[in-house]
Amino acid sequence: MVMHMLQQNTQSGRASGKACFDEWTPASIQLEVDALKHIPGAMLPILHAIQDRFGYIPDAAVPIIAEALRQTRAEVHGVITFYHHFRSHPVGSNVLHVCRAEACQAMGGRQLESHIKASLGVDYHQTSRDNELTLEPVYCLGNCACAPSIRVGDDIHGRMTPAKFDRLVDRLTTSTLELK
Amino acid sequence: MMAVKLYVPCDTTALAMGADQVVAALSSEAAGLGTELEIVRNGSRGLFWLEPLVEIDTADGRMAYGPVEPEDVRSLVEAGLLEGGHPHPLAHPLAQGLTDAIPYLQKQQRLTFSRIGITDPLSLDDYQAHRGFRGLKKALALAPQAIVNEVKGSGLRGRGGAAFPTGIKWQTVLDEPQGQKYIVCNADEGDSGTFADRLVMECDPYMLIEGMTIAGLAVGASQGYVYLRSEYPVAHRLFKLALERAYAAGFLGANVARSGRHFDLEVRLAAGAYICGEETSLLDSLEGKRGMVRAKPPLPAIQGLFGKPTVVNNVLSLAAIPFILDQGGAAYAEYGMGRSRGTLALQLAGNVRRGGLIELAFGITLNELMESFGGGTFSGRPVRAVQVGGPLGAYLPASQWDTPIDYEAYAAFGGVVGHGGVVMFDDTVDMGEQARFAMEFCTVESCGKCTPCRIGAVRGVEVIDRIRAGENREANLELLTELCETMVDGSLCAMGGMTPFPVQSVMKHFPEDLQA
Repeated sequence: MVMHMLQQNTQSGRASGKACFDEWTPASIQLEVDALKHIPGAMLPILHAIQDRFGYIPDAAVPIIAEALRQTRAEVHGVITFYHHFRSHPVGSNVLHVCRAEACQAMGGRQLESHIKASLGVDYHQTSRDNELTLEPVYCLGNCACAPSIRVGDDIHGRMTPAKFDRLVDRLTTSTLELK
Repeated sequence: MMAVKLYVPCDTTALAMGADQVVAALSSEAAGLGTELEIVRNGSRGLFWLEPLVEIDTADGRMAYGPVEPEDVRSLVEAGLLEGGHPHPLAHPLAQGLTDAIPYLQKQQRLTFSRIGITDPLSLDDYQAHRGFRGLKKALALAPQAIVNEVKGSGLRGRGGAAFPTGIKWQTVLDEPQGQKYIVCNADEGDSGTFADRLVMECDPYMLIEGMTIAGLAVGASQGYVYLRSEYPVAHRLFKLALERAYAAGFLGANVARSGRHFDLEVRLAAGAYICGEETSLLDSLEGKRGMVRAKPPLPAIQGLFGKPTVVNNVLSLAAIPFILDQGGAAYAEYGMGRSRGTLALQLAGNVRRGGLIELAFGITLNELMESFGGGTFSGRPVRAVQVGGPLGAYLPASQWDTPIDYEAYAAFGGVVGHGGVVMFDDTVDMGEQARFAMEFCTVESCGKCTPCRIGAVRGVEVIDRIRAGENREANLELLTELCETMVDGSLCAMGGMTPFPVQSVMKHFPEDLQA
């Protein structure tokens, strides 16, 4: 039934909030590239596939993509670095996006931002020392009527407050320990 | 006994406010009572201050309870929520009465958003039970020129911000010689304070599929792409599922609705670059390049994606098409004022008590919107400034809140309706900081192709910092004035060309906040 499928999907979306990436090898990168290289405008789909699977786009992927798409390494590098979404370095167990845009600012987003940076001890594009959380800025998650918002993995959280944030981080880091 | 039927929305905001946890709590209460429960994960009605909005099917219609937090479920169940035949509304503080009678919803004119929140977004049966695919069926019986004429007659103008007449754009692509043509949907809804595109894709995805298919029939394009921002994971998941089902049911592919006509549709994920909401950067990005702005001409309608004639339309423009084909361009044009025909999806956000989606004919004022819909600020403090039209839109002071919202009326005082986002700020806002942010955002998001935007934004941040620090204030204000003019006049696209709008509005209407 429709509703059950949707529920399952929603829940699987939640489960994937936890990052669980494969270790890359040249062969596994090549597989991702080969699966998509024939579609028109294959570059972004390939980069997404690699980052979704390995958590980031390793430097070793650049010549493989360049070769497959008949472009220069510089062109591939240029695309990767142009887009905020693509990363060339590994991330922590969770990627945390904090919305910096106006609707969130109007609801105390700047104070929330300072609290998050201070409590994790990191700035944007950095990973906490325990390797649990990577902090990234984002400009709008489309949850602007229930601001301020943050995103953890694929989950959006609305009406965020410093206290709610601290509880959320506790939950995230505790569940990681349980898994170990 | 009949199962109790409940609705709990599955859109981003409902999920962000705990809808899944509410479903879990309801299921466990029902299991404890041995009650059979049917939970439909519907779309959101767009009444976001009430999310998660739980509805129950009753003989009188759907009754609403909200905002329901997981902790509220127990008391709702104790009041009789899961007892079949219990009279509604229950005696409970979260009772909102009949959903359709909630004034916020009742006062709207929902043409495009007529189904959201009512249907299960992925149910093709629900879609068709609510006039879905009727526009497509009519279009299949029409010649391409007749479809374009219907769209021209509706007066529809691009809802993405530029407000270019959609019918004219389609005509240009239709007039190009036959061959490979494309329909591209701009779903890179990057403006802060907007969520209408997201609502379409999450709550009524078949409407967009139908609109794009009609566009394909109209101009002779057999391939469509939806360019969706990566910041919308829920929309991505739901829209991909909708595409699969539309293909499986034969509404897409080589034989659209058994007509022998061909239309393929694919969703492509963007990668977090605001500039890719600009149509030519979007096309470069779809082609697999850096999202750099192209000089126009050539127009995308003539040389667009992969150099072929391409219709690039915003989600909301394409979403308006099924109604226009189903009920006629004239029916759509009956709404609105002046040259702004039809309805506008206003999105009320930021510091607001009752934020959400408000679809109305053009012509409402901000005062009316913020009071009768918004109910004032969330903080309870007075409103000080309102930003309309996203991060490139001016900050409007109280003196401008009585202007009817219409493309021309807003342009007359230097405002932009844009994509219809309305972000409210209370009196604690530091407008100097907002002006600085406008420039800062441009430093982060400029594609770098033209100098006024790439360098101007960086200098803009520096000059505003000096002004706010009281350094050579008068001279630096003059410099900022000139810098803004250079950016407006000299930039290649709206990114650099409009970034000064919020800054200029702060200089003009909130100069006291640019004091040291």
